[in-house]
Amino acid sequence: MSEFEHLIACPRCDALYRAARPKTGERAVCHRCHSVLIAPRVGASVRMVALSISVSILLIGALFLPFLHIERSGLGNSSSVFDVALIFAHGIGLPLVLAVASLIIVIPLLRALLVIYAVGPVVLNRNVRPHAARAFRWSETLRPWAMAEIFVLGCAIALVKIVDLATVDFGPALWMFSALVLINVFQDSFLCKWTVWSSLEQTT
Amino acid sequence: MDGLVISGTDNITLTAREAGLVGCTHCARVWSIDTAVCGRCGATLTSRDPKSLSRVWAWWIAGVLAYIPANLYPILRTKTLFSEEESTIIGGAIDLFTNGDRGVAAIILFASVLIPVGKFIAVAFLALGAKRASNLPGHHRHVLFEIVEYIGRWSMIDVFVVAITSALVQLGSVASIQPGPAALAFALSVIFTMLAAQSFDSRMIWDRIEEEKVSE
Repeated sequence: MSEFEHLIACPRCDALYRAARPKTGERAVCHRCHSVLIAPRVGASVRMVALSISVSILLIGALFLPFLHIERSGLGNSSSVFDVALIFAHGIGLPLVLAVASLIIVIPLLRALLVIYAVGPVVLNRNVRPHAARAFRWSETLRPWAMAEIFVLGCAIALVKIVDLATVDFGPALWMFSALVLINVFQDSFLCKWTVWSSLEQTT
Repeated sequence: MDGLVISGTDNITLTAREAGLVGCTHCARVWSIDTAVCGRCGATLTSRDPKSLSRVWAWWIAGVLAYIPANLYPILRTKTLFSEEESTIIGGAIDLFTNGDRGVAAIILFASVLIPVGKFIAVAFLALGAKRASNLPGHHRHVLFEIVEYIGRWSMIDVFVVAITSALVQLGSVASIQPGPAALAFALSVIFTMLAAQSFDSRMIWDRIEEEKVSE
């Protein structure tokens, strides 16, 4: 397994480097295409797992708590993501519900669980679980398909659109989604893929 | 720049392929060129993917095809006490614009017309430029690829807005909003174009940059 272990090829442009761990807090950037290749941080793995756990809790809460509340002429309606899914889960609405639910709930949750599965044992100094590297690769492949932050901006726009039609209030789930977005930004700034990959490799 | 020691001379970067190796595009691990599967993360290894361009074009065509009904059919059906109206993506944005919500209308138009159309053009341009000579210098093509990859998912915002408004506005006979067939077509178009951009092997851009350097 140790053959070529000291080398790293930029996934974007295929430039080949001899990898050496930079000082903590510094970043090693590809000379050609400027992709960040290595960026170790103190306690990054612990933070990754902790944030993934918070993401899963927030997502499950956001699924069942109301995210917006609307009122007009005495008629009120507050819906959670789950209610919405039930309303439209028939006819042409079904594929749309499946797509939206996957993008904002299922995929983000799956990503968080994959990270906990793969990186969790590393944090606890246990042996790496079978297929941990595969799990981490899937979580990275799913990254562009987790669209919680886009959904939050969508809520803001929807609000402006229907504010003429009725009175609208925020529900707790919307705040949860907003927290989720902040956590994601924070988590990405701590992610050093190279460190994770090497830690998954060493213990196999 | 700490941590990386460049392989090759000062000016010309050595690529994994030139060194007779193959780099994993998922985990950056390096293997000898005849390795089929990455021993670390299990991804399939290809030094340069010859089928990459056909996949890009296949998803691209699917994306363009789905974008046509997305604009022809209504995306929202609004029922109020006295009226029932259907609006398309562009029609809805124009309505918003005339009603005074110019900022929102601009965001909708930007996310559902400008970005998708711009993406179709950019992906086609990159795919054509991978084989043939192109006017745009390689570094700019690389920047274009990064932009396309980053911005593509934001087009999904219009689908979310439709889903949220129709979920909320269910006030019996007073007002109700239903999603139209265009919402699904548009979602599919965004997904297909994202897949088209992801199928593109960005290493090909850099191969051409090096060729351009040599021929200069």
